[in-house]
Amino acid sequence: MASTSDIRDKLRRKHRALRASLERRRDDTQEVTGGEEEEVAETLRRSLRTQRQRRRKKLLEKMNADESWVEEEVAGAVVEEDGTVQVFHRDERSDDAAELGAVASPSGRPPRELPPLPTPKENTMERRMREKLKAARSKAESLLLQEEPASRLQALRERDTRTRFDREAGVEPRPRRDDASPPLAGRATLRDAVRRVGMDAQTETGLPTAEESYNFFTFNFDPEPEEKHHPRQHKKREQDKGEEPGEDEEERQQDEEEEEEEERGDEGGEDLFLIEQSDKDFVEVKRAEYVGYYERVQRERELFFVPSTRTVPASRKLPENMQPRFLEDEGLYVGERPVVSRTNENIMENRILRQDQDKKWFGDDGRVIVLPDPIKESPTRPPLFHMEGELDPALQTVYRKAVRAKNTSRYITGAGDAQGDFQLDVDVSGLIFSHHPLFSREHVLGARLAQLYDQYLSKQQKNLTGLLTDKLNGLRNTIRNMLELHAGQGLSQATQHRIAEYTQEIRYTRQMRDASQEKDRILMKSIVKVWKELKALREFQRFTNTPYKLYLRREEVDRDFDEQQHKAEIQAEVAELQAEAEEHYEKMMSDYRRMHEEWKRWRRKQKALKTKKKKRRQTSLEEDEEEESEEELGEEPPRPEQPQEPDPEAVEQQVREKAARIRRKPGEAVLVPELTASCSVTPSDQCPRAEFARRQDVSKRSLFIKVLYNGKVVSRTDSRSLSADFRVHFGQIFNLKIVNWPESIELQVFETVGTSTTQMADVFIPIPEASILTGRAPSEEVEFSSDQRVMFNHEGVGSGVPFSFESDGSNRLTLLTSGKVSCCVSWAVGEDNVPLAPPIAHPTGAIHSGIRQMDAIACIGASGVNDMKKLRKWAADSRLDPNDPNNASVMQLLSMVSGGEENVPDYFRLEQLQEEFNFVPDEELDKSRRFRLLRLRSQEVGEFRNYKNVPALEREVSDKVFQEYEKRLREREIVDTKDHLDAHRALVAKYLQKVRESVINRFLIAKHHFLLSDLVVEEEVPTIGGPGTGVLGLNLFKLAEPKRPLKPRRKERKKVSAQNLSDGDIKLLLNVIRAYDLPVRKPQSSKPPATSKPGRSFTEPFPAAQSSHSTIQGSDWPMNQVLIRPFVEVTFQRTVLQTSTAEGPNPCWNEELLLSFTAPNGDYSTSSLQSVKDEVFINVFDEVVHDVSKGERDWNGFHACVEKHWLGSVKIPFSTIYLQSRIDGTFKVEMPPVLLGYSKERGLVSEGGYDAIRSLSEGAFITLFITIEPQLVPGETIREKMKDVKFESQEDERLLLASQFFERDAAQHFPARPCLTTVIDINGKSVFVTRYIRPLNPPQELLDLAPNASQEATELVARYVALIPSLPDTVSFAGVCDLWSTCDQFLTLLAGDEEEHAVLLCNYFLAMGKKAWLIIGTAIPEGHSAYVLTYEQNRYVIWNPSSGQYYGQYDTFCPLQAVGCLINADNVWFNLQMYDAPARMSFDVSKSKFWKPFFSRAFSHPGLSSVQPEELVYQRTDKAAAAELQDRIEKILREKIMEWRPRHPTRWNRYCTSTLRHFLPKLERSGGHDVAEEHRLELQSLLGDYRISGFPLHMPFSEIRPIIEAVYSTGVHNVEASNVEFALAAYVHPYPNNVLSVWIYLASLIRTR
Amino acid sequence: MATSNPSVFLLMVNGQIETANFPEYDDLYCKYCFVYGHDWAPTSGLEEGISQIASKGRESSHDLVWNFPLEITFKSTNPFGWPQIVVSVYGPDTFGNDVVRGYGAVHIPLTPGRHTRTIPMFVPESTSRLQKLTSWLMGRRPEFTDPKVVAQGEGREVTRVHSQGFVTLQFNIVTKDMKKLGYDTVSDTQTPLRVRDKLS
Repeated sequence: MASTSDIRDKLRRKHRALRASLERRRDDTQEVTGGEEEEVAETLRRSLRTQRQRRRKKLLEKMNADESWVEEEVAGAVVEEDGTVQVFHRDERSDDAAELGAVASPSGRPPRELPPLPTPKENTMERRMREKLKAARSKAESLLLQEEPASRLQALRERDTRTRFDREAGVEPRPRRDDASPPLAGRATLRDAVRRVGMDAQTETGLPTAEESYNFFTFNFDPEPEEKHHPRQHKKREQDKGEEPGEDEEERQQDEEEEEEEERGDEGGEDLFLIEQSDKDFVEVKRAEYVGYYERVQRERELFFVPSTRTVPASRKLPENMQPRFLEDEGLYVGERPVVSRTNENIMENRILRQDQDKKWFGDDGRVIVLPDPIKESPTRPPLFHMEGELDPALQTVYRKAVRAKNTSRYITGAGDAQGDFQLDVDVSGLIFSHHPLFSREHVLGARLAQLYDQYLSKQQKNLTGLLTDKLNGLRNTIRNMLELHAGQGLSQATQHRIAEYTQEIRYTRQMRDASQEKDRILMKSIVKVWKELKALREFQRFTNTPYKLYLRREEVDRDFDEQQHKAEIQAEVAELQAEAEEHYEKMMSDYRRMHEEWKRWRRKQKALKTKKKKRRQTSLEEDEEEESEEELGEEPPRPEQPQEPDPEAVEQQVREKAARIRRKPGEAVLVPELTASCSVTPSDQCPRAEFARRQDVSKRSLFIKVLYNGKVVSRTDSRSLSADFRVHFGQIFNLKIVNWPESIELQVFETVGTSTTQMADVFIPIPEASILTGRAPSEEVEFSSDQRVMFNHEGVGSGVPFSFESDGSNRLTLLTSGKVSCCVSWAVGEDNVPLAPPIAHPTGAIHSGIRQMDAIACIGASGVNDMKKLRKWAADSRLDPNDPNNASVMQLLSMVSGGEENVPDYFRLEQLQEEFNFVPDEELDKSRRFRLLRLRSQEVGEFRNYKNVPALEREVSDKVFQEYEKRLREREIVDTKDHLDAHRALVAKYLQKVRESVINRFLIAKHHFLLSDLVVEEEVPTIGGPGTGVLGLNLFKLAEPKRPLKPRRKERKKVSAQNLSDGDIKLLLNVIRAYDLPVRKPQSSKPPATSKPGRSFTEPFPAAQSSHSTIQGSDWPMNQVLIRPFVEVTFQRTVLQTSTAEGPNPCWNEELLLSFTAPNGDYSTSSLQSVKDEVFINVFDEVVHDVSKGERDWNGFHACVEKHWLGSVKIPFSTIYLQSRIDGTFKVEMPPVLLGYSKERGLVSEGGYDAIRSLSEGAFITLFITIEPQLVPGETIREKMKDVKFESQEDERLLLASQFFERDAAQHFPARPCLTTVIDINGKSVFVTRYIRPLNPPQELLDLAPNASQEATELVARYVALIPSLPDTVSFAGVCDLWSTCDQFLTLLAGDEEEHAVLLCNYFLAMGKKAWLIIGTAIPEGHSAYVLTYEQNRYVIWNPSSGQYYGQYDTFCPLQAVGCLINADNVWFNLQMYDAPARMSFDVSKSKFWKPFFSRAFSHPGLSSVQPEELVYQRTDKAAAAELQDRIEKILREKIMEWRPRHPTRWNRYCTSTLRHFLPKLERSGGHDVAEEHRLELQSLLGDYRISGFPLHMPFSEIRPIIEAVYSTGVHNVEASNVEFALAAYVHPYPNNVLSVWIYLASLIRTR
Repeated sequence: MATSNPSVFLLMVNGQIETANFPEYDDLYCKYCFVYGHDWAPTSGLEEGISQIASKGRESSHDLVWNFPLEITFKSTNPFGWPQIVVSVYGPDTFGNDVVRGYGAVHIPLTPGRHTRTIPMFVPESTSRLQKLTSWLMGRRPEFTDPKVVAQGEGREVTRVHSQGFVTLQFNIVTKDMKKLGYDTVSDTQTPLRVRDKLS
């Protein structure tokens, strides 16, 4: 302990000394800052410590959790650490001992001996020791993992340096120090056993760190608190400033450490002595070291880290006690992460966790932080939605004039061909500077001299003066001669004029010569002057820089001759000048005289005025007037001065003076300068220093030239150094093989000084003409200059900077670098002397095409355009002869551009050369009828489609061809009422036509769109397990199928696409099978006996009838009668075929009829076929054979006259057959309500209304099978395409989607059943179908007619609807689509197909308070159609809207065959039942098993508003118009019938006609029912003598043509008996809103007597 | 018809479908037909025909020789729609089904004289691999609905074809009144006969 006090004393002493020394240097501020710094340092240290602690802790945890082997390692490390500690401790002790000598070592107080003092020092020591231990542990493991302790020695040394360094850095001394301990520890392991002794106790106490040991030494152990901070402060300062005491201290410390190590080595054993020991220890002979496999694996395991692919628990990635946050769930935006596989992510995370302890790589959600995926899903370019609407101004396209791509059309035409091998030779021979910054003054002068000399030489060469002198002499001689010639006589006017011209010329020439002479003289003078200056300069500077030397050669002249000439010259000149002066004088004099005269006159006036004024002044003294009068006279004209007489003396004097100035004196020797480079240049070593420097500089410079062709660097010359005379010789020739048109050839001059290269100048070289070839081309010198500013501090004058020749600095001048490149560009000559130049034709060609097409020039890029103005100017200047054919093209071009404007159009034209290819101008093409025809045909205009044989010559095309077409065009605007009988119909027809055209145009593109199936026949893909026959297996079985199976199955006929057919290819196959319930003839006796004479009236054809007629009167119908002999006649496209005759009211024909079909214009395309409006008329006739009565003809034989009586007809439009491809079924024969002479068995006729829904007795029926042979591909393709064409719609997107889904679903399950949810309205927009259903009021008139009987009213309404003409959409909109019009539109158009009728009827029914639905289904013969279903008196009634008929649900002959869906205002139901025939199904829509509703609970009705109007407004039809129409129909029909009977006279029975006319309104009123009997009786009574057969026809009115057709089809006109008479009556009954019901009563009468 | 100012010109075609070169197939026959514009009408001769079945020769070349004569005369007012001959070749496949081996078309030469034309032939491709397999199995290769399709441009964009084989045809063309109607198909430099006459 005594030693301890000693130590303390010593320490205190030392400390004080230190403090004293420090305080001496420290000032107050430092003190303060030092303290603060100390504070900061302390906190920093603390924070570091805590951080480390935390990290270590975590690490330990992690290791515990993760890898057990690491744990082992740690344990090892701990153990090792302990060892180190021990060593350290001992070191400390020994160290002190060594250092302090007698003073006992501070650590010599062993921790064991020390009581656990509560002193802060001890505590800190301990704590720090512990910390250090921990840190060392963590470091140790990481180090052991990371680095191989390759060389301990090295490690030791490294550690040394490091610690020192760290100490000096001073920020965190401890961890660095800790760094060092592991190697020590590693070493320690070897001596583990030795050191284990007493280890435990030592670890507890800990070991002082360097700092602590320092503290230990420096700490003032006085208990004064104020002094406590001193040592720290002190230390801090040491660390920061590295001041001496600190340094000392540190050094000492380091020494200590080193000693520590050494001592450690001492203690540890021999291997610490390696350093001191001899080499022998190193060169120890050992066995080869072998590391066992297991060991190696172990070792590697220590070294390598294999990141696990397992997921890292989130807790480890996050700071402790933190739950992962998911920002996305919190509603914050989180970008999409780029796709990284999970395993890779795990590996990455593990790696990060391993490497960096802190979590900066992990986000709040515990995942690695990543930027959002930068790839966008969709392109960012905004789509352009509104094609027709206004564009967003930001997206508006901006017109920019097209810019030609730089390289296009630059290529020489034909380049790359055999001839297109062009070569341009660029010969760069050299460079001469006329000024260079390195010029000395002498050089400047020399250059100037050379320049002047050059000028002189060129002048000499041109000899302008001589030439002008000669000319002058010549002129003078001419005048003299002329004067001599006309010596005596007076000169003629012409001669005078010429002389005057000559004199003028002489004057001009003389002036020119004088000027030239003057120039010569001045040049000479300046040459001499510059030479003198040069000489002076040389003398002054005493060295010569330039080799120039000027000799002036004197040429002696003949003095006398010279003098004489001189005199003569002067005299001539004087004479001329005198003449001139005289002339001038004359002129002046005349002027003068005139002026003088004027002046005099004025004077006189003035005088007169003055006298006048005087007089006046006498009278009145008003001043004003005087002034006025003065003003009146105006200014006094200046008095002219008399010109001076020319003074000959003065003139001569003048001439002489001038001669003396500009000419050499007579007799003076002619001076001829000669510039040579013979002067020797003073060698450099004799020059002054500045000049020497300049020359040095010159020699350093070198130059090269880059060759650029069309702005691209092609090549460069070698670098040549600048010679002393500032000339550079290159002498290089570049051969450029070119493809592009040469536009520019450029040489760039570069100067190199040392390593830096600067561009001095650009030199542009003109492109040679094609005739300039290599070898012949002269070398050109092209000047260049640069405006660089260069200045030197030696003799060089620089450039761009002023300098002076004078010593006083006056007369400054500034020179810029300039010079000349001598080069030569020419076209190369090929091996066989062929010039490799492009054809010259190019520019001229451009001009030629330019004449034709102005904007073509711009496109071709001819040079002509740019210089158009210049060209014109040039043409004007050079006075081109416009009549010279050589100039024709230029003149033409000029005339084109005359007017000054550049005629290059401002627009871009795509096919700018198109005009040149046009055969004829467009107007001519339009005029030509033939071309017009061809064009119309190719545009597929209806009239000309498939027009054959367009005539070859114009004259053969007749105007008639176009008549129809033009008429149509004209009629488009004009409404023609003639054809239509009714103005309203005409308008409607026009409107329909327009709608149709627009719709067709809209889909024209789609029509030309082909599908693969249109072109290629391919077996369908066999779908395995799919519906139909397409099963692959089955198809394969088919291969093995017998060729002729016993039970053949029906095969589908091969479909023929319609486009390749021609006339006669298509046949209509019609199988007439049987008929039911035809009416039978009424026996003659049925007529009331009272009215006619029996036995005489009608010839009874069959005795049986006669026999039975009495019984007929009885109500039961006898069975044995021959009642009727019906046959069927089929009329199609005016071809008529008939079956054989069968017998009885239920005949069976079973006959096949083949009718050929011709398409309009021979166009068999689908669209054309679909628009065929022809109908197939199937007429049932009764064949009546009359005996020609014996009374009339006295023939021996039996004569029979065959008549046919029309019974009824069935009409089937061709379009239906085409679209259905086959029609098979029983049809109701449309029969007239009254059939004279026939009656029908009507067993069940009753008034029972719906109760007695006629089962099968109403009307007659016929069973037919109709098809087209061969089967045509119906227009389905177009319809399908239409499906692709999405119609725009205002419906909700969701609704549309749902409807699409609904329809698709329906089609999937029941492909045959039509399902309709959206339809296309007249504007071509999709509308949901329920919007069409809405209760609408029927015309009040109809309701008034049957006020109480609801059934009657219903029937009336149905009849009204049926009276609206039917026009299938497929006809009007040739296969394009089905358009639905609303009811008001329908009533306005008065035409529509089944859907419109059905909708209207349904709406009426709803308004009448019935339950009504729209049925979408299949019917015969219409195909897909719409019917109306009503629910009345507990049964369902089906209404055919286009005929007004109604059927019970179980009616066998109901034309409705299949029900697809039901529609009302609220919903659409699709039929899910097994059967779709109305008789076999339930119409209860509430059963979801049977009907699938569109709007269900899942998708409720969104409350669609109706498209229908709220109320229909009906206009009362004009009765008068109806009557007029009636008359016209009657008239037309009469004419027609007469027309159809060309060979027979047609007589009209007026009486009968009037009777019939009387009947018709009755028929209308009764609706065609139950008037027959009464009717017939009436007729019979009237026309007793006639055999009468006839019937009324009833139809809705649309236009006249169908009426005529219908009349024709009955064949009434075919009666050929000679005594036949006809009766015809028409009746038109108007219904509201122009709905007209037309009745036509036709009858033929044959007088029986 | 006045010869001085004719209203139509005539095009007479003689020739033959000489050979075909289908390296993979044998026992083929061909059909031909003509496609022409609206202003054209055949006046005599056969508009379409079907040849005999030809097998490959054993030696020499592997061409199929039909030497099937063509003879047809057209009259027309307008060169637009100049006739084309459409040749389609058929033959049995491995199962003996008659399948198409190639379609091809070429314009009738415009200039009078003797011409030889070789037409590359092609067939439509199946739409899918499966189709290809089944069509091969069933012997029902895809065919054009109408061979005349190959003489037209419209709608071809929906088809895919691959080529196989060549057919060589020879034409002897005589025209009448072409020049009178202003259609000069023979350039002046191309009158070898006259030149030869002059030379001789």
